[in-house]
Amino acid sequence: MAHHVVRPRTYLLVFAALIALTALTVGASQIDLGGWHLTVGLIFAVAKATLVVLFFMHLWYSSRLTWVVALSGAVFLGILIFLTMNDYLTRGWPSGL
Amino acid sequence: VASEHAHLAHHFDDLDQQNESLSLGMWVFLVTEVMIFGGLFAAYTVYRHLYPAAFSYGSGRLNWKLASVNTLVLISSSLTMALAVHGAQVGSRRTLVRCLVLTIVLGVAFLVIKGFEYAEDVHEGLVPAPGYFHVEAGSGLDANQVRQLRLFLALYFCMTGLHALHMVVGMGVLACLALLARRDRYSPEYHAPVEMAGLYWHFVDVIWIFLLPLLYLSGTH
Repeated sequence: MAHHVVRPRTYLLVFAALIALTALTVGASQIDLGGWHLTVGLIFAVAKATLVVLFFMHLWYSSRLTWVVALSGAVFLGILIFLTMNDYLTRGWPSGL
Repeated sequence: VASEHAHLAHHFDDLDQQNESLSLGMWVFLVTEVMIFGGLFAAYTVYRHLYPAAFSYGSGRLNWKLASVNTLVLISSSLTMALAVHGAQVGSRRTLVRCLVLTIVLGVAFLVIKGFEYAEDVHEGLVPAPGYFHVEAGSGLDANQVRQLRLFLALYFCMTGLHALHMVVGMGVLACLALLARRDRYSPEYHAPVEMAGLYWHFVDVIWIFLLPLLYLSGTH
């Protein structure tokens, strides 16, 4: 599977989707979302990043081992942010003691 | 088979195994890159949580229009990079060289636009350095929030700066590949360097995809 040749048509479709998602992200940032701009922006960003990783970076066509390594990046970043915020979000608990 | 022997290192069974190892190694490197940027992303998360008003104000002060145009430029460069890899895979030297050059040109366009943006930041007093930083009276920020705004701006310059540095490195790599491709060094059997450079370039694109909402699109306008 190391040399799966992706058709240019697939690349163009992914490109069109990325442009559309960028337009949606920027559009959503200009309307009033009541403080949800960052969350909405990040949801679009995750969708775009997934498209880039799966198709431009060929992860969709790669071996399971490559999948594990690629996903470990997201997992370790998640652990870093989760455990850090675990501290910051719970400082002062229980309040009044 | 003759061309297989020319490019097959002796410690691999065949080209498939060699290519698999190469891309796996590249992915491991990219995971370490995720952790380099991850430190900055974690710092951003913490301080965004602690100082929401200053961060929102800071984000609103940045130029989201230039950043959005730059996003389109970078996504286009990812397309040309993907097409360059395709050119190498099907043995079209012309497509490979042209798409590599196009990718570099789009990279230059990105950095030029970024340069204009930094110049505007300097002009607007958005550089968190003595003599370069100032906030107008009508900003609505108190003294503490002005300090927190400097923190946001420091993160903004570190994150976009580290990203820009990665682009410069990537463009250097692509320039070398374009020169080698012109000398016909790559074939459908052997073009691993093009594929690996492609992975790196797309990774840099993914980082920017996250910088756009974090820095530019989460503000009060």
